[in-house]
Amino acid sequence: MVLAPIVPQREAEFRLLLASMNGAPGRVDPNNVLFPFAQFDRIHVARFLIIDDKTTADVSAYNLPTPNYPLYLCFLGDIDGDADSFFDDIVKRAEKGLRTLFSCCEGFGTTTDLRRYVREHRVESAANYINWLGRTVSDVREEAALHDALESFVREARPSTARDLHRSARKFVRDETAAGRLTLTAEPSTPLGWKLRNTAHFVGVPIALIALSPALAVIGALGILQLRRLEKVDPELCDRCDAEHSDDLALIEDHDVTNQFTAMGSLKPGVLRLWTTMAAFFAIDYAARHVFNRGGLARVRTIHFARWVFLDNRKRAVFFSNYDGSLEAYMDDFINKVGFGLNIAFNGGIGYPRTRWLALDGCSDERKFKEYLRRHQVPTQVWYKAYPGLTAVDLERNRRIREGLETESLSEEQATQWAALL
Amino acid sequence: MRTAPVDYSDVQGLVRFGYRKMTQAAYVLVRVKSASAARAWLRNAPVTSAVTMTPPPPTALHVAFTSAGLRALGVGEKTITGFSSEFVAGMTSDNRTRRLGDIGNNAPWRWEWGGAPNGDDLPHLLVMFFAEPHDGGVEALMGRTMGSSWVEAFTIVRRLGTENLDGVEPFGFADGISQPEIDWNEQRDVTAPVLDYSNVVALGEFLLGYKNEYQKYTERPLLDPSPATESLLPAQDAPQKKDLGRNGTYLVMRQLRQDVRAFWQFVMNASGADAAAADRLAAAFVGRERDGSPLVSAQSRTIPGIGTDGDSIRLNQFTFDGDPSGVACPFGAHIRRANPRNADYLGHPTGLAKLLAAFGLGRAAFRDDLISSVRFHRVLRRGREYGPGLTPEQAVRPAPPNDPERGLHFICLNANISRQFEFLQNAWMANSKFSGLTGESDPLVGGREAIPGCPVTSDFNLQTAGGVRRRVSGVPQFVTVRGGAYFFLPSLSALRYFASEAVVKSA
Repeated sequence: MVLAPIVPQREAEFRLLLASMNGAPGRVDPNNVLFPFAQFDRIHVARFLIIDDKTTADVSAYNLPTPNYPLYLCFLGDIDGDADSFFDDIVKRAEKGLRTLFSCCEGFGTTTDLRRYVREHRVESAANYINWLGRTVSDVREEAALHDALESFVREARPSTARDLHRSARKFVRDETAAGRLTLTAEPSTPLGWKLRNTAHFVGVPIALIALSPALAVIGALGILQLRRLEKVDPELCDRCDAEHSDDLALIEDHDVTNQFTAMGSLKPGVLRLWTTMAAFFAIDYAARHVFNRGGLARVRTIHFARWVFLDNRKRAVFFSNYDGSLEAYMDDFINKVGFGLNIAFNGGIGYPRTRWLALDGCSDERKFKEYLRRHQVPTQVWYKAYPGLTAVDLERNRRIREGLETESLSEEQATQWAALL
Repeated sequence: MRTAPVDYSDVQGLVRFGYRKMTQAAYVLVRVKSASAARAWLRNAPVTSAVTMTPPPPTALHVAFTSAGLRALGVGEKTITGFSSEFVAGMTSDNRTRRLGDIGNNAPWRWEWGGAPNGDDLPHLLVMFFAEPHDGGVEALMGRTMGSSWVEAFTIVRRLGTENLDGVEPFGFADGISQPEIDWNEQRDVTAPVLDYSNVVALGEFLLGYKNEYQKYTERPLLDPSPATESLLPAQDAPQKKDLGRNGTYLVMRQLRQDVRAFWQFVMNASGADAAAADRLAAAFVGRERDGSPLVSAQSRTIPGIGTDGDSIRLNQFTFDGDPSGVACPFGAHIRRANPRNADYLGHPTGLAKLLAAFGLGRAAFRDDLISSVRFHRVLRRGREYGPGLTPEQAVRPAPPNDPERGLHFICLNANISRQFEFLQNAWMANSKFSGLTGESDPLVGGREAIPGCPVTSDFNLQTAGGVRRRVSGVPQFVTVRGGAYFFLPSLSALRYFASEAVVKSA
């Protein structure tokens, strides 16, 4: 993610530039001249937006003066491979457009080294969620093509058993692949270094926690008691969201089966609150990296990518998501299925519906939660997804089809279940 | 429990009764011509309460308002914006149409009424007349009730007649079989997770001013006490305020044209002109046989709130838990979309299994746990059919010239339009990705508009025991939206408030 303050006098111009990247509100032109997303086959989803927080005055609930944050240009994407090479790639191939966009930002002139500017303005996320770790854009496309081809194939096939069908489908795909009509790139072996680092992280974090547990237990117990005291008196700021704001957001929603979501706000003051939020983000990141990396964030199976990022010296945080279905359905899914997780992730925000012991209540006051979230949502002016029309569940089905196909022999029961996916 | 039972004399009877014996009904959509005359008419209108009477009354009258209607009556803007934003904005507000599937043939600009946000055909009031078919029936009731002040008060936008098809909807299927059971006495503990599907739903899901399935109160206008608001009840959650919503609810109305001929001709053609096979395909679309029998078999475990008589058990004592592969009832069948009949967790987990389930661990099958907790998305249906009946045998024949329009005046009641009606319409009925499917929307009522990346939404798939599903392609759109609006169905005390001259002064 890249974050750069916008020169105040250039805001209107910048908004026009962003609008020019869309064919219509909420519908990006994937080949727009400023940033032709579609030409980068490593991008799953990406967005350009203005970080424009309308809720900065909420800190007055804690008797703090309203800070004067700049508006930021924010660019982020979920990509295959490492970020460094990606940024190098876009700087090389979309230089002109990026220069035009960044020219509206502080400290960027005609002679600025774009690559360096981008690198200097990079912001790391505090927590990251990926629906299916290791699945590339090209995997997604190849598996979608496989699904389509097999769907037509089974309509012609007259197999006597599901195992027969599986066998003949394997032959069909072999032939199609040989003829160059289908491609199924074998998954590249995970680099050893990455594997080692990942395993070290997986094991190391619990070990470190166990080692520190005596101290953590004491700090944790005191902290939780203090938090419990605080959350009883924290103000709730969940008033009805302004209709115009809500309409502006809705205008750019529900154009694809997937939607973007960006929400932000100021964090509750105090170091205890900050540590709690950091611990929550750390736990989410750990769980997403090692546990929830095969098609579901706990029970929720509609998120493609999500991330949490601290801003402005950890005074504010912003949450980005790419989810399937309408916002109402997304929020209901979260509230009803993983309300505790939602509370832990978001109760550090000023005005969040009252929680009990961090995880309880909170969003179960459904109406307050929905108003809170909508109020903190900011428009995502430009949003791109590499595979319109495909939901995360579609991608999982296609992956399961491929895995079944690549299994040499299935039992009749397994084959029946596999065939039911087609 | 703690809460006093609802005072039925303050609730419009439509919330509690479907008036099956009153086989005649008419819905009159009107605009306010003169606010003071309209208020005078409302003051005298004999609106029916939910009190049971012996013998039951032979007629009933109900009144509901759009937000524009409240405005036209002189209700203040501050009061109106206290209602939910869906109600204030209306059914046709820009971004809502995409979510509701009101695009293409269903687009509001094509509607016969209510399509334009500020149009002349946007109703202010919905006046509903119900009557048993004797003593002049609904016609006499209307004549009696409208009286002389009606003409001065209102302009009629549409007079929507209804037809008694003897419990069958226009396509020929038994109708209105499954309804949620309102927990009138608030006896269910909604704080505990629901582990088995139940048909009993919290009072606050259907009546404002009471606790909903989240144990919370849905938003509605709470007014400061004043002489004008004296007749209103206090808010349970804010006793110093007067609750304008209490004992009232939202009423969603949509006029749905049903192309009965296209329906039967399509299933007949798709079944190679074999009438029995056509019947089976039609039943697969619906998820029930024409007599109402569900395609999945009844279970032995009782389901709270569905009744204990033989018919209720046969028609409604089932869930889809025993049909995880969709072989008995297709995943995309109308009743499986309209109410997936599930609990908060899949498969009644307890102990450690429940903990794992809460974290989404231990999921096996592709479709497991995609949809859950239907209790937050139930609606109470109160619609009526219109247009002459047509048997399937008649329907397969070519249409005569001037074939009359037929369909359903869909009406449903709910306390939270966005979480109940709109969710159901958006996430379950219109959604081409419902339950892990792709390329199909509701076979009966869905539109067939392409969406980006999904050119086809007109399939219907029948899952089979052998694995490979049977695909029926090119299913036409059978149902077209012809009008619609969001209304508020007030309590009788709120109705008196709207009808009083003080409402203008307090605005």
